[in-house]
Order: sequence, then structure tokens, then C-alpha cells
Amino acid sequence: MNQLLGFVKKEFTHIFRDPRTMVILFGIPIIQLMLFGYVITTEIKDARIAILDHSNDNVTREITEKLLSSGYFKLDANLRSETEIEPLFRKGDIKQVVVFERDFAQRLEREGVVSMQVLADASDPNTAQMLYNYTNGIVQDYIRKKFSSITIPLQIKSEVRMLYNENMVGAFMYVPGTMALILMLISAMMTSITIAREKEMGTMEILLVSPLKAKHIVFGKVAPYLLLSIIDASVVVLLGNLVFGVPIRGSIVVLAFLVILYITMALSLGILISTVADSQQVAMFISGFALMLPTILLSGFIYPIENMPVPLQVLSNLMPPRWFIDALKQVMLKGNGLEYIWPNVLILSGMTLVFLLLSIKKFKLRLQ
Amino acid sequence: MIKVDKIEKHYGPVQALKGISLDVKEGELFGLIGPDGAGKTTLMRILVTLLFPDKGVATLDGLDVVTEFRKIRRMVGYMPGRFSLYQDLTVEENLNFFATVFGGTVKDNYHLVKDIYGQIEPFRNRPAGKLSGGMKQKLALSCALIHAPKVLILDEPTTGVDAVSRKEFWEMLNNLKRMGITILVSTPYMDEARLCDRVALFQNGEILSIDTPEGITTSFKGRLLGVKVTHTAQRFDCVNQLRSMPGAGSVFSFGDSIHVTCRDEGMTAQSIMSYLAGKGIAGIVAEPVAAGIEDVFMALMQQ
Repeated sequence: MNQLLGFVKKEFTHIFRDPRTMVILFGIPIIQLMLFGYVITTEIKDARIAILDHSNDNVTREITEKLLSSGYFKLDANLRSETEIEPLFRKGDIKQVVVFERDFAQRLEREGVVSMQVLADASDPNTAQMLYNYTNGIVQDYIRKKFSSITIPLQIKSEVRMLYNENMVGAFMYVPGTMALILMLISAMMTSITIAREKEMGTMEILLVSPLKAKHIVFGKVAPYLLLSIIDASVVVLLGNLVFGVPIRGSIVVLAFLVILYITMALSLGILISTVADSQQVAMFISGFALMLPTILLSGFIYPIENMPVPLQVLSNLMPPRWFIDALKQVMLKGNGLEYIWPNVLILSGMTLVFLLLSIKKFKLRLQ
Repeated sequence: MIKVDKIEKHYGPVQALKGISLDVKEGELFGLIGPDGAGKTTLMRILVTLLFPDKGVATLDGLDVVTEFRKIRRMVGYMPGRFSLYQDLTVEENLNFFATVFGGTVKDNYHLVKDIYGQIEPFRNRPAGKLSGGMKQKLALSCALIHAPKVLILDEPTTGVDAVSRKEFWEMLNNLKRMGITILVSTPYMDEARLCDRVALFQNGEILSIDTPEGITTSFKGRLLGVKVTHTAQRFDCVNQLRSMPGAGSVFSFGDSIHVTCRDEGMTAQSIMSYLAGKGIAGIVAEPVAAGIEDVFMALMQQ
């Protein structure tokens, strides 16, 4: 027992004495969360648009007013003719142009049908699509309210409500994803590097010749990172809640259990990597390329799994973060308990077990 | 204490140890002498249970290095060839850590390391990575000793250490020997061989000879002349000239003198001096010398 405590103490000394490790442990989680929360956002806010109003009557002015006061759009220019549109798009200043045809109000009243044209810069297709949807929604809303007296026969109106994330806040999606990424980074990468460092520096040779057993060495290496990862996870959840308003609707105990399970999985993966990596660089390479990219790309963190080609969908099942992110969203956003997330828990536990067994089997008590 | 019986070890097609046997008695200071790549490190790693031998049996204090490796790991102190302590931990933290790893405290066995650790104790708060080469070796030795091992296995402890520290280090080993610890030490420096009780001369995975240093030097057959050159710039030329001198056997440069084995009776100190003077090399002093370990080593290698 004393041997183990001595080992854990030594590990903490390594961590606290190395500025780089400290930055990775406590700086990167916060920076990443802020980056994903603020920079990589798919929300529309103050998109610059231009208006080309051939009619300039009370209806077009009111619609323009509605668009600009929605908070989604900001007026960049009032145009006079079609020829001005192209150069503006080319300059890249604006995302969308709204064109009202001549005699807009009159036609609307007389014929009941009138056209307005929406031109969007589709070099970023997602944003273009969203801008159009917002514009359309605002215009429909306006027409409905203004002409509420007129009843159109047989109309099906779909009322959309975005459950669990009413305002479609991107952070709701990025906070769980970032957590999966950060915990993978700290737990898997840092443990694999720290074990590889003992090999590289030759200290592993002395540790092996000592009476320490494999489990002592492995547990001594892992315990400090388990503790620090839990602290990091709490920081991410807290920041997500305070800064981005990501709710914690489920039970804290279930959340803590889920996070600790995932950390344990990542740590076992880190140990497994260190059994094959003989130097810090190799360990970093394996955990960087083999873990980070799939975590980001295949876990459903950024790209929806349903949209992937079938082979990649199958592959994504092997990615532990996929199951973690899914369960995390269920607990945090929907308030689900273990009765809903047990398949995820089972899968993550199974993966942990496999990694641990493989590591223990591969961990060598000798040099060859 | 240490018994090695026909140990073989391969690394792929390379045969690192070719069936070697040796026997180190309890309380002995035993040296493995030989150049880099001779197989010294491989043998030591087998003895400290880090490697499996391919063939043969090795025991420490009657414990088999393969089957009873856990017991051996408790009673052996090992110092690898490369400095292998935690560079970011302080001197004191390193010593404490290794004491704890073996389930003890520094206090328990302080008497063993007092003489050695005492010299670096003033720097106990300095990170190990910032120590000088000699101090690193003292710390590494302290860490290897802190659990009171019966056997100490040191892989080239004096390589890359200055001459004064080397001398001090060997004095420490002799003190430890007096405390009853069996020591197996390897070195590429031939001059350190005479500081051991017995030595094994290693070459290409084979043992050329095992004996006391005196026994080894007296086993040298033949007559040796030592040649000293005043102008060091002429040394290389001098070695070449001697190699082509009729009657000269092997010619090797050791330290500040060139050793020449004499193949025929007619060769004397006088004849060498006049031969070299004839070749335009002046300021030569030649005299008969007693064989050193190096001479024996070179002679054995050529057989």
C-alpha cells in the first residue's frame, strides 16, 4: 500500500512540476470549450443582407423591418438595381439579398399572389439554407398575422417545437462533444505518454527490477489522471452551464457515474497504447491520430452519424465517444436516467474491460 | 552467490551470448571487462530478470532468474548503464521514492548509503537532472542500495565520469564489499580491472578468461617492451613503423606508452631505439614493462 502511495505521490510531482503537462491538463479544456462554444457555431446572428426593393410600399417596408428586427439579419445595403447584386456577393460582404417585385402591395391585394426573390450565397450551403429558412419563416409569419381575417381553405399548418433545445443553441451539442474530446485527450494521451516516458528515460528498467507489480505501476500511473480528469469534467460541465446555459436536467449521480466510466475507458485505452509505444512520440502519434480524429469525426460530435455512408456508420459503433456523447446528451439535456442509457453504459463497460484485459496481457514485466 | 551456466542469448540472427559460464562468490567484487557490444549488458539484464536466456541456467543466491524472478527483484540492486533516475525529481525525492518502492524508508538502511549519499546530501533539493556526472552516479548508487540488496549489479557505472569521480566510485565499491555485499560490475576500462577481486574478460559474447587481475597478467606469455614518444605528434607514425619492424609482434598504444611484444630474442630496448632513430623518430625511451590486463586482452583476442 505504501509502495502504491509513494508511486502516486511521485506521479503527482511529475505533473505539477511540468508546465506543459499543467497547460494540457487545465488550459486546454477551457480553451477548447470556449473555441467550440463560441467560434465553431452554426447559429445565425447578425447575418449581413442587402435589400432590393422595386416596390417600396408599406408591405415591403414592413417585411424589411420584420427581417431586420429579428436579430438574425443586419442590413448591409439598400440596392437600386439587379446589377449591383453580383459585385456585392463577390466581395463577400453579404450572405443574402432579398428582392421585392414591382407593385408588391397592390398585387398581393388584387391577385393574392406575389413574388419575392431570395438570393443566398451558397458557397456555405448550410448557412445559406438556414438563412432562407429564417427569411421564409419571418415572411410567412408576417402574412399570417397581417391577413388573419382571410381564411384560406384546407390549410395544414405545422407547428415546430425544438424539444430539449428550444432555441437551437449550438453549445448544447458542443459541450458534450468537447467533454468527450477533452477527457480522451487527457486520459488516454497523457497516460500513454507518461508510461512511454518511463520507457524512454530508462526508468522503467529500474521499476521493473523493483518488487513493484504490473498492477502497481499501472494503477499508480492512472490514479492521478483519473482524479485530474474528474476535475476537468466538472469544470467543463460547470462552464457549459454557467457560460453557455447548457442544462443538467438529469441526476448528478448518473452524470458522475457516466463520466467516471468514460474516463476509466479512456485510461485503459491509454495504457493499451503505452504497451505498444516505446517512446513518447509514438504514444503521442497513436493517441493523436488514432484517437482524436475519430473522436471528432466519427462520434457524431460534429457530423451527424445518420448522414454518413453505411461503412462509416458501422465503424462509428466502435468509437467509444459515440456512446458517451449520446448518453451524456440524454442525461444532461433530456434528464434521462439509467433506465434509458443502460445500453450505452453496457457498451462502454465492455470496451473498458476489453482494453484492460488486453493491456494486462500485453504489459511486459521484462524488457523483451 | 551468482552462478551462470552455459547461458545463450540471441537477438534475431545476432548471438549476443554464446554459452557463457561464471561463478561469483559471496562478498566478491567481480568485474566484467570488455568493449562495447561484448555482451556484458545482456548478461546483466538476464541476471536482474529483465531478459530471458534462450538456453542455460542462471541463479542468484540459489534463486533461478526465470522462475523465481520476484524473489530476486527484492534482493538485487541494479544500476543500468544509462542514468535512469527521475530527472525532474530532486535528489532527496528520488532516494525516498526508491526506498518506498521496495517497501522501506530511507532511515531503515541509511547506514549503507551514508558515506555515498552524504557527499550529495548538500544538494538534496536539486533536481537529479541538474547534477554533475559524478554526482548522478553517486545518487544512482544510493538508490540501488537503499533497500539493502545482497547483490549489486552495476552496468558500466563509471562510463562518462571524470577520473577523480571514477576513483572515488571504486573506493565506494570496496567499502560496500567490506559490508558483505556481492558486487558484479562491468566496465570498458581495462585499468579498472585491477580494482576487482576477479574479472572475466568478455569479447563477442564469449568469456576469454576468468581469473584474479594478477593471475591474468601473469598468464601473459612473452616479453613486452614499452615505448614512450616525446613528441606526441609522432606517435601514430611510430606505431606504424614498429608494426613493420622485423621481430615485432603486436603493437598497441596504451595511454602514454606503446606496448610491443617481442617475437625474437634479438629484439631489445636498444634495438628499438636505434631502429626508430633510423626512421627519423627521435626522443624515444624504450624499456621492458610488465604485462597489463590490456596486453592479455589483446593477446587473447588475437588467438
